[in-house]
Amino acid sequence: MQDIVKEDDILLEVRNISLSFGGVKALEDVSFDIRKGEVRAIIGPNGAGKSSMLNVINGFYHPQEGQIWFNGQLRNRMKPHQVAKLGIARTFQNIALFKGMSTLDNLMTGRYIKMHSNLFAQMIWKGPAQREEIEHRQKVEEIIDFLKIQSIRKTPVGKLPYGMQKRVELGRALAAESKLLLLDEPMAGMNLEEKEDMCRFVLDVNEQFGTTIALIEHDMGVVMDISNRVVVLDYGKKLADGSPDEVRNNAAVIDAYLGVSHD
Amino acid sequence: MNDTFPKLLIHNAKQFAERPAIREKDLGIWQTWSWLEMRDEIFDFANGLASLGFKRGDKLAIVGTNRPRLYWGICAAQCLGGIPVPVYADSVAEELHYVLDHAEASIVLAEDQEQVDKVLEIKDEVTRVTHIIYDDVRGLKDYQETFLHDFTDVQQLGRRYAKDHPNFLKQEIETGQGSDTAIILYTSGTTGRPKGVVLTHDNVLITSANSAKEDKLTEKEDMLSYLPLAWVGDHIFSYGQAYVTGMCSNCPESQTTVQWDIREIGPTYYFAPPRVFEQLLTSVMIRMEDASRIKQRLFHYFMKVAKRCGTDILDDNPVPFLDRITYKLGDWLVFAPLKNTMGFSRIRVAYTAGEAIGPEIFDFFRSLGVNIKQLYGQTEAAVFITAQPDGEVYADTVGKPSPEVEIKITDDGEVIYRSPGVFQCYYKNEEATRETKNNEGWVMTGDAGYFDEKGHLKIIDRAKDVGKLNTGALFAPKYIENKLKFFPEIKEAVAIGRDMDYVSVIVNIDLDAVGNWAERNNIPYSSYQELAAHSRIYEMIKANIEKVNRDLSEDSVLSGSQIQRFLILHKELDADDGELTRTRKVRRRIIAEKYDALIDAFYSGEIQCEVSTEVTFEDGKKGTIDGDIRIVDAEIYQPLKAAS
Repeated sequence: MQDIVKEDDILLEVRNISLSFGGVKALEDVSFDIRKGEVRAIIGPNGAGKSSMLNVINGFYHPQEGQIWFNGQLRNRMKPHQVAKLGIARTFQNIALFKGMSTLDNLMTGRYIKMHSNLFAQMIWKGPAQREEIEHRQKVEEIIDFLKIQSIRKTPVGKLPYGMQKRVELGRALAAESKLLLLDEPMAGMNLEEKEDMCRFVLDVNEQFGTTIALIEHDMGVVMDISNRVVVLDYGKKLADGSPDEVRNNAAVIDAYLGVSHD
Repeated sequence: MNDTFPKLLIHNAKQFAERPAIREKDLGIWQTWSWLEMRDEIFDFANGLASLGFKRGDKLAIVGTNRPRLYWGICAAQCLGGIPVPVYADSVAEELHYVLDHAEASIVLAEDQEQVDKVLEIKDEVTRVTHIIYDDVRGLKDYQETFLHDFTDVQQLGRRYAKDHPNFLKQEIETGQGSDTAIILYTSGTTGRPKGVVLTHDNVLITSANSAKEDKLTEKEDMLSYLPLAWVGDHIFSYGQAYVTGMCSNCPESQTTVQWDIREIGPTYYFAPPRVFEQLLTSVMIRMEDASRIKQRLFHYFMKVAKRCGTDILDDNPVPFLDRITYKLGDWLVFAPLKNTMGFSRIRVAYTAGEAIGPEIFDFFRSLGVNIKQLYGQTEAAVFITAQPDGEVYADTVGKPSPEVEIKITDDGEVIYRSPGVFQCYYKNEEATRETKNNEGWVMTGDAGYFDEKGHLKIIDRAKDVGKLNTGALFAPKYIENKLKFFPEIKEAVAIGRDMDYVSVIVNIDLDAVGNWAERNNIPYSSYQELAAHSRIYEMIKANIEKVNRDLSEDSVLSGSQIQRFLILHKELDADDGELTRTRKVRRRIIAEKYDALIDAFYSGEIQCEVSTEVTFEDGKKGTIDGDIRIVDAEIYQPLKAAS
């Protein structure tokens, strides 16, 4: 698959990103790129700066130094909702759904950035607002079908088991029909079967919708199986970057994960 | 004369034209096809099959759940004089292999990627299969195989074929006769390999028409098609009777959404195995315990009223005026909303069959005004052997002979019958056919039973399972097991005792009911196995068993077969492990072999036994579950009749 992705097809590039909170350096001079249509994994030990990196891409944090290029254009300082409009959607490490709302409604919120009718029209809910709702509902139903969550369509999300909530969260991110999907530990806390399902869905999203995916994951088996390229962070610095095999055999990575013996 | 299903289809497209023929919930919305539209869909597909080389006598295997296109596949094959062979959707590749090979299927119609993958896995071994057609394209876009086709592409081919051969299909349909084979249904079978039951159009059509007339079914009925396609019941209810009456079958969105879909459809005609009613009752009771005080009191008060007069009102028996008034009030406040939650608001006729239904369950639904009746049937009879007429419904019988069915009880107590629905033969298995059907057309059911004073048939057990203990007492395992299974805590039970000194029972607890009970009583557990081994659960099951023993002690014939020892099994009996059939009937012989250590322990007086059991996971991988199982003695009661 790797060969299909051409070098020049770069969707997002971060250049020399440095981010610090007071004296703590979360990211230090990190550069890498994400190519169109690939599954890109970001790995690293706890506190390596993986989630910070996603937050930077997502516009939630603003790095002190460095540039972000998206779709060949230098991106200015942006708020998360502006980034979302650009076509970047994400899920969170700790599920961030509306617990009291049904699966369907949660997915509909994912469509929010695509809605055009104004508040007033939506309140009256006639004409364009209704047409729009039907159109979005259609899209959401396709996602429900895709993720096989028909049976929980009307269940309040808070009542669902953890693995299902993760799936709904993925669904909400999909609803935004983004170009780039950021998944922050999509398989954390899942059992083997749920992980297998989730892997299948991630790959299906990638293959069927052609969505580019960047994911943070701790399960090395998963990372090696589903990603095209892996970038490794440690203490805010980039340690390695390359295909799963290259990364697996990289001495620095092995040291970071297993520790170095000092003799 | 409309003596085949394709001819009936043409007739229905004229008579019912725009009336709904079939519905499917897709992307959250019910899609409807009228009889006219359905005819065109089926004809296009039939022509498509013809252009793929499918001809008279060829077999079309159909693998999947209830989807309109799969039902259309049945009729399309019949249009060409071919024979549809539905296969259970949850069959593992090995089972699928056997059926495809044995039936000599030439084309496979598969529901989705999952089923296609299964067929591809065995494709090299079933060389007769030339084409695979799929309904749902999801995940299949990148498959390169040239023999793999999308359903709509085949229909497209069909439209082109019809242009070149305008009269072809019409002639093929006219060539068909009632005596042609309409379908081969493979029975999951309690023993050995599945057998292919060959049914003609006459078999299915006449039986469907007779039974539809008995229950006055019309084109206005709505029916939920959610049971396996390969099962004769679904074939008669969702296909046979639907074509005969012109009613509408409704395909749920998926197997997991049935309980919501049924609410939206509100079927008027419904079939469910006793298990479904049992689960419904359990879930109603569990949810009532969580309801507010007022709701609980209302529920219990009016359920008492329903118990007193509900069934009589349903059966049109005389009921005191005051009772009628309170029942009506209860209907407004409790029964109607309750029926609505279960999707039973519009039910006119509901059937249950396959196993005995607990009297409490049966009466619960009937007292709410849900007209559940029992029937007794077999694949070999195209279902109907006996059924309960309206107003003559009892929990412990299976009803009177259906129209045109003759029934006799042999000297050994076995039930035998003869009817227009009687199957032709087991496909490619003359020996089995001879064993089951004699020259005069009488079919052995293998069930032991008798007619009671009301003229209703009562079934006790499989004829071959009825045996004797070493003490000489009669032992009907199923009878005991059914009594046990009527307790909500017990999901499955296997009674052992033939040619032994006393009866022992292997019990499977119901995880929903017992788990809920455990939570309420602060009993922590992390797995089925742990819950099953808990001493409080043992106490609870012991009490249930002793209740059964007390019941048995009052029975003149069966008082000698009370349960002396029991254990709770560490794993659920499962069809994937071969312990149950696909229709969830216990396979005694396999269980006896698999758990022989436990059975030895029963009769050597041990109180503990270690077992290691092989299990098959859903993906086909195997593993083992180890467990240390306790065996407990139950109290035996003095036979009452003997004392008096």
